[in-house]
Amino acid sequence: MPDTVAATSEFAATPISLWRRGMNSFITLATALAVVLVLLPLGAIFAYLVYKGISSLNWAFLTQTPRPVGETGGGMANAIAGSALILLIASAMGVPVGIGAGIYLAEYGRNRLGDLIRFTADVLNGVPSIVVGIVAYGIVVLTQGHFSALAGGVALAIMMIPTITRATEEMLLLVPNAVREAAYGLGVARWRTTLSITLRTATSGVITGVMLAFARVAGETAPLLFTAFGNQYWNWKISQPTAALSLQVFTYAISPFDEWHRQAWAGALILIILIVVAVSAVRLAASRGMLKGAN
Amino acid sequence: MPGPQPVAKAEVVSATAAQSEPLIKAGNSHIADRVFYIAMLGCGLCVLGLVGLIVYELIAKSSLSWHAFGWKFFFQSDWDPVNEQFGAWPFVYGTVVSSLLALLLAVPLAIGVAIFVTELCPRWLKGPLAFTTELLAAIPSVIYGLWAIFVLVPLLRQYVEPFLARYFGWTGLFEGAFYGIGMLAAGIILAIMVVPIISSITREVMTAVPQQQREAVLALGATRWEMIRTGVLRNARAGILGGIILGLGRALGETMAVTMVIGNRPEIARSLFAPGYTMASVIANEFSEATTDTYLSALVEVGLALFLVTIIVNILAQVLVWSVTRGAPARGHA
Repeated sequence: MPDTVAATSEFAATPISLWRRGMNSFITLATALAVVLVLLPLGAIFAYLVYKGISSLNWAFLTQTPRPVGETGGGMANAIAGSALILLIASAMGVPVGIGAGIYLAEYGRNRLGDLIRFTADVLNGVPSIVVGIVAYGIVVLTQGHFSALAGGVALAIMMIPTITRATEEMLLLVPNAVREAAYGLGVARWRTTLSITLRTATSGVITGVMLAFARVAGETAPLLFTAFGNQYWNWKISQPTAALSLQVFTYAISPFDEWHRQAWAGALILIILIVVAVSAVRLAASRGMLKGAN
Repeated sequence: MPGPQPVAKAEVVSATAAQSEPLIKAGNSHIADRVFYIAMLGCGLCVLGLVGLIVYELIAKSSLSWHAFGWKFFFQSDWDPVNEQFGAWPFVYGTVVSSLLALLLAVPLAIGVAIFVTELCPRWLKGPLAFTTELLAAIPSVIYGLWAIFVLVPLLRQYVEPFLARYFGWTGLFEGAFYGIGMLAAGIILAIMVVPIISSITREVMTAVPQQQREAVLALGATRWEMIRTGVLRNARAGILGGIILGLGRALGETMAVTMVIGNRPEIARSLFAPGYTMASVIANEFSEATTDTYLSALVEVGLALFLVTIIVNILAQVLVWSVTRGAPARGHA
């Protein structure tokens, strides 16, 4: 407030001068220009992805494994399956723990320990993904003795947990206390109230959080470099090195072969479609959540 | 995840099955409540444990290098795996320079976008614009890298770098061969990546400034820009600074896109056209090839340093953002 009071003297009660009016228009223009400048790369990235990706996308790309260098054709089917496997492992570990921690924070977390967990979740959110990779390497790869899909899944799960936790907490806190009290009044046990009343009411919000976390890790590459490692062949064992879409895009992009560059664009297109679908689903769920949530 | 959580979860499920018939049932709900509480507490402690585990792993695995080189590690510039001599200075330098370059480019743009979206643009444009900037944040960094290699780098090589060298070569920042790949490319791609973060935080804190502030300044006869400057930006500055620092945190830890365009050479050059190396990219490139214990340990130590710096930066940012938004009316009461 003192700022505003001090500002009073800046505006004399005279008509608005040309300078002030000019400055106003200039800023309006400059900010609009900033928007254009920011949207330009976005447009360029999507245009290139579609333009380069579509032409390389074919049935073989979706059904075959990579061919050796020099041969044309082949695809990323094993990488798509590998990404699905790793994301499945990550979700299986990250989602229950994340939601559980969120429930703890919302329902029991009004104390020192809750504050500490909230703080560490935020810290975990900011850890660079490559560092998470080092840790997953340390706890899984070194113990098992080789790279594996499990290690990749653990790395991604670690990255999912804080996002899901904070989203779950936020959504549960939106549920009015009267709803909880109504359940207690009917004699429903506390755990049962939390699971079938509170969590149920906040379902769409929690799903939004989960999908956001999923979209965030789906395109991650850095933590997979030395955990899942990549693989030129099919692999369904969680204890073996596994290909992943993002890893394959990276490997192909920095390679010197035109054929691989072509495939990198196609892989990137598939990846972005996956993520855009997830993000759109989030927005849909979120807009429904408004209707269902706090009222 | 390790820990007591799976077992307790199973008990909860069976308890659900037992109780699903009558809604009201006295008796064992006390035990079930206790079990449920412990399970949820376990999940919460998992989060705590994970951070502990990260810190422990990083410290334990880097102790070899720490004992061998000490503080010198961060100030020496010879990175020689063959002779087991490790100095991380070129990586620290590359990380700091590329991140600062990114902020220099991104901050004016991001704040401009935030001002336009929250204060100036017509209402119907607000939603789509916010959504599009959100989308920019959802693109994986490997795709930014791919685009940078095949579109941005050739563009820099052919047009931007010759232009900069011709008109700004005298600064010493823009000289040498036009590779396209190098510090400048890394800074630009990082800038594109951090703009959405900075602008969304800035938007958030600007929205948190009470509407009466705007009305009061306008009533004093201010133009729209003067209203934004004195009424909004001045009140939100701590939060905006927080957003910028949060963007810095992201830029420091960003790996893939930077690795793909920075050139990956542990050299320190004044020119932004020259290739460089960052802390995150050296880990990405060399970790799975590290053959000796000291080599691996040196890379983990680089990771530890990166971890500590980003954590400090993020905490600082959160405190700043919180200092502005805590006064805002809580969500859901609107």
